[in-house]
Amino acid sequence: MAFDSFSAFLAMEGHGPYVWACYGVFAILLGGLMIWSRRRHRSVLAECRRRYQQQDQRANKGQTKTAATFTRVEVSQE
Amino acid sequence: MWQFFHKLGSPKWFFGIATRFMPWLLAAGLLLLAAGIVWGLGFAPKDYLQGNSYRIIFIHVPTAFIAQSIYIMMASAAVVTLVWRMKLADVFVKAIAPVGLVLTFLSLFTGAVWGKPTWGTWWVWDARLTSMLILLFLYGGAIALDRAIADEKSAARAVAVLLLVGVVNIPIIQYSVEWWNTLHQPSTFKLTEKPSMPAEMWVPLLLSVLGLYLLFGWLACLRMKTEILIREQKTRWVKELVLAGRG
Repeated sequence: MAFDSFSAFLAMEGHGPYVWACYGVFAILLGGLMIWSRRRHRSVLAECRRRYQQQDQRANKGQTKTAATFTRVEVSQE
Repeated sequence: MWQFFHKLGSPKWFFGIATRFMPWLLAAGLLLLAAGIVWGLGFAPKDYLQGNSYRIIFIHVPTAFIAQSIYIMMASAAVVTLVWRMKLADVFVKAIAPVGLVLTFLSLFTGAVWGKPTWGTWWVWDARLTSMLILLFLYGGAIALDRAIADEKSAARAVAVLLLVGVVNIPIIQYSVEWWNTLHQPSTFKLTEKPSMPAEMWVPLLLSVLGLYLLFGWLACLRMKTEILIREQKTRWVKELVLAGRG
């Protein structure tokens, strides 16, 4: 350990504010970028999944509908 | 070789590989970066000239170094985009540009805060600092240009040209400390010489550089996967993958 005590470690002989400001901003920006990228990936995934499910539902509905439209209706020609 | 090149261009193949490597990149990156930082902050001896403010080096050098190497990677991908029109090259550029922007900003910020107790000023308009600021603007410009052009292919080509023009800035950053008088100290690591620092200082620095590199790899994989999902969502393989819950 390069320091005698924890308070000496925090103070860094007067350079503490500079050192800790740098490490703080570094942690916030890098961590923020990582978390934000991950959240964005998840939300894009969820969005895709929802769209596929909607498509599938619509396709299923469409099938039953077409089946109904094409039933032959006998109308008397008289 | 050509088969490998072909595979590398396939978004589907990349998606699978990236998913497999990401946990390892994240774990190893966090571990190395944490080791480098803890060692550098608490255990490395203090600098006889600069005192404890020099401990900023353990994040300043990694961010600056990787910010430049991301630019070189983006410029190489730009060549691939222009010559071979490979889809994945453009995905790569788009995914990592914001990472480069953040790291460049961090290197400028940590440099300024380090400069105050060491040089007595936050900022000087000398070659190293100015060329690094230009790098920040190049990243910002590439992101803005990509967003300004709606057509995906024209945007990719325009960004590629901008990136290639900006490559001239990289050797300027690299040699600025040797060509011009500057307050900035010369490079810590050189390929041809042993570092001028004692091992208790440069080993933790090397650890944090490697750690941040691996975290960059993780970020690149993750952000490229997001971009691939957006671009390839109409394909069958993406649909199958998403519905199977393997994103």
